[in-house]
Amino acid sequence: MTIALPAVPAPRSREPNLLLDFSRQQPLGAVSFVIICAMMFAGVFSNLVAPYDPLTIDFASILGAPSWEHWCGTDAYGRDICSRLIFGSRTALVIGFTSSFVGSTLGAVLGVASAYFGGKIDDWIQRFVDILLAFPLIVLALVVVAALRKFVVGGVDVNLIFAIAIPIIPRVARVVRAAALSVRVMPYVDAARAAGYTDTRIIFRHMAPNVVAPYLIMLTAFIAQAILAEASLSFLGLGVAEPTAAWGLMLSGNAADFYREAPWMILFPGAAISLAVFAFNLFGDSLRDYLDPRFRM
Amino acid sequence: MKITRRTALQGTAGALALGVSGFDFDFTKAEAQAPAVKRGGNLTFAISAEAPHYDPHASDTYATLHLAAPFYSTLLRYNLSKFPGVEGDIAQSWQVAPDQLSYTFKLHPNVKFADGSTLTSADVKATYDRLRNPPEGVVSTRRATFADIGAIETPDANTIVFKMKAANSSMLDHFASPWNTIYSAKDLAENPANPRTKINGTGPFTFVEHVKGSHVSGKKNENYFKKGLPYLDGFKGIFTLQAAAMLNALQGGQVLAEFRGVSPAERDRMVAAMGDKLRVEESSWTLNLIVAFNVEKKPFDDVRVRKALLMAIDRWGGSQGLSRISTLRSVGGAVRPGSPLATPESELVKLPGFSKDIKKSREEAKKLLKEAGQENLKFTLWNRNLAMPYTPAGIFLVDQWRQIGVTVENKQSDTAPYLAALRSGNYEVAVDFSNLFNDDPTLALTKFLSHEKNPLNLSRANDAEIDKLYDMQLRERDVEKRKAHIRALEKRLFEQAYQQPLFWWHRIVLTHKTVMGWKMSPSHNLGAQLEGVWLNT
Repeated sequence: MTIALPAVPAPRSREPNLLLDFSRQQPLGAVSFVIICAMMFAGVFSNLVAPYDPLTIDFASILGAPSWEHWCGTDAYGRDICSRLIFGSRTALVIGFTSSFVGSTLGAVLGVASAYFGGKIDDWIQRFVDILLAFPLIVLALVVVAALRKFVVGGVDVNLIFAIAIPIIPRVARVVRAAALSVRVMPYVDAARAAGYTDTRIIFRHMAPNVVAPYLIMLTAFIAQAILAEASLSFLGLGVAEPTAAWGLMLSGNAADFYREAPWMILFPGAAISLAVFAFNLFGDSLRDYLDPRFRM
Repeated sequence: MKITRRTALQGTAGALALGVSGFDFDFTKAEAQAPAVKRGGNLTFAISAEAPHYDPHASDTYATLHLAAPFYSTLLRYNLSKFPGVEGDIAQSWQVAPDQLSYTFKLHPNVKFADGSTLTSADVKATYDRLRNPPEGVVSTRRATFADIGAIETPDANTIVFKMKAANSSMLDHFASPWNTIYSAKDLAENPANPRTKINGTGPFTFVEHVKGSHVSGKKNENYFKKGLPYLDGFKGIFTLQAAAMLNALQGGQVLAEFRGVSPAERDRMVAAMGDKLRVEESSWTLNLIVAFNVEKKPFDDVRVRKALLMAIDRWGGSQGLSRISTLRSVGGAVRPGSPLATPESELVKLPGFSKDIKKSREEAKKLLKEAGQENLKFTLWNRNLAMPYTPAGIFLVDQWRQIGVTVENKQSDTAPYLAALRSGNYEVAVDFSNLFNDDPTLALTKFLSHEKNPLNLSRANDAEIDKLYDMQLRERDVEKRKAHIRALEKRLFEQAYQQPLFWWHRIVLTHKTVMGWKMSPSHNLGAQLEGVWLNT
């Protein structure tokens, strides 16, 4: 008698080229990755890529429709919208990535520490996280940015980054804590504790590396949220200031006055924000599917 | 015959000298003649900035007046139907001595403060003493305009006499200034700084509440000394710092007016949305933006740097573009362009910063910066967080200065911190404003007096020659000679480049057609008392 065994998928061999492997398994993720790379390229090399200076006013070209000279048209000051979009990607990436990185990292540290220490420390941290989670991200960011004054370093408002990072912290802390709780009961953590290692060493050396996957997923997902928050805050007049090229800012101010006669003033920045948020969200989802073993079956 | 401010004032003074004085105007009769005035109702209107405090004596932002003016009276005020003619407010009548060395005012009897006390000449004296000689810790931004007052006498409770040290052709304008609100002597004796935080006036409305970031409200003053006024039961001024929010509120009827002004684009948008429900009124504006350099900060203590920065600005090209998208419109000197004593364009273009050959002007500016060793100059431009027209002005200036290699960060702050930074000298370069209420050159030029004489000169420059020229134009009775002094002052001011008008504004006010009795004028500081406003609902 032969026993028919269910077909078990062969163990996935780790190919040396992670990118190809990722692209094959997550084609949508790969497309979003290309969009993100294009955005990063535009942001880093804005000076080379942009056809015009984004700050140069040209009153002769006020509210110009899209043309060969100005692919995305011009705004109320005759500034080239395409160039402002390209430079705006730098603003979006710098603020989006930095705030997501700061928020996710602090959240991860808080989550791992909360899980590791447990007891009253865990209770206190989690109740604090509960309080912060009660506020929607944009509302909390609004409160923080209104409370803090602008503190510009190297052309970047550091307080704006913190304003967006703070609401991210509890969200990441909660997810990472869940992952860290399962790591805490692992024998090697007990072994490290028995060996007399310090708490800091155990948290950073032994637990943190094992929650990298949820951390990375949250990081990428929150870049999209941070870009959206930055655009929203700029739209509300609390983010970056004119004449800096920023997508949210491009939707506010004169755009509200002229969008009927010059719809391209809102169409292209809106599309840029949507595309960036869509790409980062999709990439975050694909990364989760790729890294989480439960989704590999 | 052309009626100028001066001839109107002379006529008024002459009429008064002939004994046509002491009229007690019955506003109920006026109401009877006017068609269908309706009493009652609450006016809700938008105020686009939050006032830093309640004291108009210490303020030059309309936000203070739009909040506080309904609660206060002034000695005289402008008659907006005959602007720039003046009429009495708490002054029932007045006489000007032929040599202009004394001004005698008879006050309305039985004028009550909101706290129930009766106004007397002692209150007016205390107010004007505070204005011309503020005690320690009190700011009087128009102190310089009262420097010619030698003494104030109060022969009886309803008479006040201003004795002048020298004749001043602008005094009636100063007495009619909306900023010189009358306070209670008792309040000032208690604490001279009281008006900053406490409202106790004799105006058509009494204070109800001020919720920061939300609104200010007032109710009808039942003891108002002008019979039959105000028509409204009360008002609510809602702070709408975002233009979009204000326009949406106007369109939705949450507010019925905004009395400062909107841009041409905003006007067009609202007309398209509201059609004949909306009333649009337009006027030139006695208001300009100024580029001010803090001469106490390096490198702006160097006239070459200041001059270079002014010469890089293409005002003529900018006015054409900016007038399409903002309230900024006219190019002019220190006196409003188009007004009788303004510098004509043909002379203006010869002054630094006003050249029509912008290419040549910028080349010269670059040379000046090189000579001063500031080819890679970087600084922060302090600007006000009011979309219209401060944001367009900031965007424009950043662009203009980049064209001579200067890097500028446009820092926009809310009104209170913005004013605090400018007043304390904690800035390098700023977009300042000159908020006038008439075309009197003395009023306009006061802004440029030495800082030690006038704290409103935010460049903090002290220049004896400017002060001398200011005095000369003030005393001069001959119009042509006065013009010459004004031109000389402007030349000195712009050669030294302490500060310079950027653009003069164009005022467009939108109100629902249900709002009646409000009068348009070239100044958004006028007409804020709201006593004649009524709702046709």
